[in-house]
Amino acid sequence: MGQQTVIKVEHLAKNFGSFEAVKDVSFSVNKGDVFGFLGPNGAGKSTTIRCLLSLINPNKGNIELFGKSLTKNRSEILKNIGSIIEKPDFYKYLSAQKNLELFARISGADVTSKDIAEMLDFVGLGNRAKHKVKGFSHGMKQRLGIAQTLLHKPELIILDEPTTGLDPQGIVEIRNLILRLKNEQNKTILLSSHQLSEIELIANRMVIINQGKSVVEGEVSELLNSEETMVRIELNNPEKGLSIIREKMNLSDVMKTSPNELELNIIKSRVPELCRTLVENELEIHAIEPKRKLEDYFMKIIQS
Amino acid sequence: MMLLKNTYNEFIKIVAKPRSYLGFGALTILISLIIFAMKVDGETIVSFITASFEQTLTFNGKLVNGNLIAFIILQMLVVHIPLLVALVTGDLISGEAAMGTIRMLATKPLSRSQIVLSKFLAGAIYTLLLTIWLGILSLFVSHLVFGAGDLMVLNSDGLVILQEADILWRFGLGFCVAFLSLLTVATLSICLSAFAENSVGPIVATMAIIILFTIIGTLDVTVFDNIKPYLFTTHMVAWRSFFEDPVPYDLIYQSIIVLVAHIVVLISITLYKFNKKDITS
Repeated sequence: MGQQTVIKVEHLAKNFGSFEAVKDVSFSVNKGDVFGFLGPNGAGKSTTIRCLLSLINPNKGNIELFGKSLTKNRSEILKNIGSIIEKPDFYKYLSAQKNLELFARISGADVTSKDIAEMLDFVGLGNRAKHKVKGFSHGMKQRLGIAQTLLHKPELIILDEPTTGLDPQGIVEIRNLILRLKNEQNKTILLSSHQLSEIELIANRMVIINQGKSVVEGEVSELLNSEETMVRIELNNPEKGLSIIREKMNLSDVMKTSPNELELNIIKSRVPELCRTLVENELEIHAIEPKRKLEDYFMKIIQS
Repeated sequence: MMLLKNTYNEFIKIVAKPRSYLGFGALTILISLIIFAMKVDGETIVSFITASFEQTLTFNGKLVNGNLIAFIILQMLVVHIPLLVALVTGDLISGEAAMGTIRMLATKPLSRSQIVLSKFLAGAIYTLLLTIWLGILSLFVSHLVFGAGDLMVLNSDGLVILQEADILWRFGLGFCVAFLSLLTVATLSICLSAFAENSVGPIVATMAIIILFTIIGTLDVTVFDNIKPYLFTTHMVAWRSFFEDPVPYDLIYQSIIVLVAHIVVLISITLYKFNKKDITS
């Protein structure tokens, strides 16, 4: 049985006057995907996402969500989408609870006061329900944004840079939340982010867009060839380590990157052998860590 | 159904905004000041007006009464209330754009037209409440302080004296037409609001248009004679016609048609603009 396509974008284009923000973007997202939407600043990510949510009218191309044309079934489609675009903005003069009540009323779903209270508890704002949003920190607003996104139990969640401006703890919270939504509720999530490590950790499929065009799309594991990994090693004698790795392990893709560091590409299953070889040759390993491959892959794609 | 739900939302937003109470506060203070001034010096002011008629007419009874004060208040304030209305309605779309909430609103299963119409309806309710507040303060408080009596109105045709029993319905219908005038202003500011990304622009632009049209309307220049009947500001004083005897219903109907036409055209422009608008804020 084929996978159900939730988002299908074909040859999308959008101009603002003479500026071509999006030239030719195509991709598709399947049900249950956590789909990474990557691209450098100005690549056209936000414009594409705004087109998906009908905030912007595209000049060309076709958008289908849940197998239906967005232009013809806008209201019906939007009932099944929860979204945060860049940063969640709320009515500052209203409380968190009142804000959620307003958005729930026009969400097209039956949302009760109990649902709102539970959702505020879920995002850790239960004790701030009656407080006005104007006193909220960025992180709190982001959590309230997540609550607003999930309140009407949408099938598709679109998050445009959801971790922007968050502290490390906030980033981890959002990441865990996305994983919970995927694993426990089988939600489909489109995630645009500058945090490549985040995408690598949680997305199963992705598209990279550059200069308004989709460049590559596919399974994250396939695109990054997850059998191989890049490793950074901190050693007491990197020169000796370099020659041992080259001679005894027959690895050529290794280089010294700083006075006491080496970087190398290695098949994951050979990492224990690497550690053992270095230790047996009386080298002290101060640190060994995988270097995120997506960054390299991303840079290679963008620069090419 | 969604239209009504969002109209309710829009009204909640208006009620929660501090600026919405500026109009009610300003009206209360202004009317209190006018009533106080008339209580202290009303007889002198009225005798100044009646002095020119005293050679031919004899005035009996209480000239400075609640009806006269209410009429004076309306006369003085109808020019200024548009600003109080525009303060709130000029912010309805552009305020959301400035705050960023328009993004959240436009990604809900509401059509763009429903968003505009719900804002218009909420703005209309606010304008109606402000008009009712004006009516309560000017009519009831004036009657409480000064008591009832016949109304003496000085028109371009001369002095009209209306019997006490023949006045209340005139005020009622006068307030209805005044509401229509203010609703035209509200619609204009909502329309301008759809073109802007900040609140101040539409409010200032609305007042600038009212001032410009009022000046054109008062200038005795033949070049403007052809356009004067089509300016909404020309018809904003149509409420006053109810205090003429006989009431010139033809002129009032004409004013109502012009004001309603303005409202329809302005809403249509707003709908067109907002439906075409790319939300990039």
